[in-house]
Amino acid sequence: MSAGKISGGRYMRRKAVNVAMLVLSGASAAFGLFWLFWILGILILRGAPALNWAFFTQLPTPPGMAGGGLANAIVGTLMLTVLATAMGVPVGLMAGTYLAEFGRQTALGRVVRFVADVMTSAPSIVIGVFVYAVLVQPMRGFSGFAGAVALAVIMIPVVVRTTEEMLKLVPNSLRESALALGAPYWKVVFRICYRRVFGGLTTGILLAIARVSGETAPLLFTSLNNPYWNFDFTKPMGTLNVTLFNYAMSPYDDWRSKAWGAALLITLGVLCTTVIARLVVSRTQIGRS
Amino acid sequence: MNLTLTSPPPEITRSESLTEATPARDSAMQGCDLSGKALRIEVRSLHFYYGTNLALKDISLPIVSKEVTAFIGPSGCGKSTLIRCFNRMYDLYRGQRATGEILLDGQNLLDRDIDVTSLRARVGMVFQKPTPFPMSIFDNVAFGIQLHEKVSRSILRERVEQALHRAALWDEVKDKLKHSGMSLSGGQQQRLCIARAIAVEPEVILMDEPASALDPIATARIEELVEQLKERYTIVIVTHNMQQAARVAGYTAFLYLGELVEFGETEKLFTTPRQARTRDYLTGRFG
Repeated sequence: MSAGKISGGRYMRRKAVNVAMLVLSGASAAFGLFWLFWILGILILRGAPALNWAFFTQLPTPPGMAGGGLANAIVGTLMLTVLATAMGVPVGLMAGTYLAEFGRQTALGRVVRFVADVMTSAPSIVIGVFVYAVLVQPMRGFSGFAGAVALAVIMIPVVVRTTEEMLKLVPNSLRESALALGAPYWKVVFRICYRRVFGGLTTGILLAIARVSGETAPLLFTSLNNPYWNFDFTKPMGTLNVTLFNYAMSPYDDWRSKAWGAALLITLGVLCTTVIARLVVSRTQIGRS
Repeated sequence: MNLTLTSPPPEITRSESLTEATPARDSAMQGCDLSGKALRIEVRSLHFYYGTNLALKDISLPIVSKEVTAFIGPSGCGKSTLIRCFNRMYDLYRGQRATGEILLDGQNLLDRDIDVTSLRARVGMVFQKPTPFPMSIFDNVAFGIQLHEKVSRSILRERVEQALHRAALWDEVKDKLKHSGMSLSGGQQQRLCIARAIAVEPEVILMDEPASALDPIATARIEELVEQLKERYTIVIVTHNMQQAARVAGYTAFLYLGELVEFGETEKLFTTPRQARTRDYLTGRFG
């Protein structure tokens, strides 16, 4: 063995392989980024001109008429997302906490975990049809509430799994030392474990919000659309996503331009949420390894 | 509420009534005269099971009040298992169970109807790895106090300061009580954990290899601290470091393969061990 030798055939070969791998992985990353920036570029190019003051403040115009805006859809999307979050996050957090803290080995835990996994990969249109069957039909009408329920159902499994994964990262020694002080288990979970993984939990929630804020298919069956102001959750509600879907396929240039604007706005919303999630993680995880 | 032993010590007389009394236990206590000493804890024929696996076999030993008692022995001998019985830490895990008696002020703390939260307020614990809570230094110490007592803000502050003083940490953290407990060094974190444990005002402090994750200087500080703390608290310490046991403990129990081989005053146990296995362990023939 030429263990003492620094140069030599073997070393050169390793170096060559290293360079080749670096180039390959760098190229893959660049390839992925290329499409991403292309999408972003086109969105900005086509969408930005549509984003004017009227876009954010006015109602849609009748078909064929230029002008107006998507104010009702922006508000509708926000309202639906907030209601869906209010319904989905607590359920998801609790179920995830159950899985990680109480139901790790139990039969119920296994069932819940399996169902959550299946639901995560369920096509969102299926969930839309499901909510249509259980809510829209019995209530005899499309409603914002049904839309929020559909979004919440999509959120729950995402939040469940991230919550479980995060809480599993909490070392048992931390739980034991809080219990050893005489803390009841629920206090250990809520005051120690949650705090320890606060960043991770927040990220999970924000990513779930980002996920549903782009969903269109489930809303087609539930909240439908509405070209007017509506703050009533029992009535159909306009959303950016469904408006984008309708406008993009319309024959009117002005509507198609607005569809680009809506697409850009949704993308920016998701981007902002993701960036906030990243910031929260980096802020809270410093010095906490 | 100390248990004062009347002579003869019950350890020896009681063995007749036990069906499973083994010679090992009787001889483990031989020559150790505790008459006149106040006992804080008495372990009586304790068996411990991990599932069906018997990890502690018929352990009986006293823990003398306001003294340091060390458990020594090779890895896997059951010393950590034994100390975790004293605050029912094993309750957390399925399939772990103990039989026998551990008397704390005359009450069997293995009883099903013992309230473990108040038991743990009386029997604090410090673990091998420092485990500061993800909150400020102040809140780390205040957490335990607030679990058991409703105190005003000013009294809370006093209590936190007092605990940090007693844990010899105050001078290092008094200007940064609002900093995260996790920002401290390893040795400081461990003293924070000790402060947290004593803030609850327990009677007994259990220490499970409290210095094994620390460097020699931090270890020396912890040992000094143990020395000071025994004036107020009864301390049980698990250590794999025999020198540490010799330095800090008044009494030492040597465990081997789940059995108590020998218990006695540390000095006697180290200088004139009665059991061949103790002698072999202390001289490094195994372990």
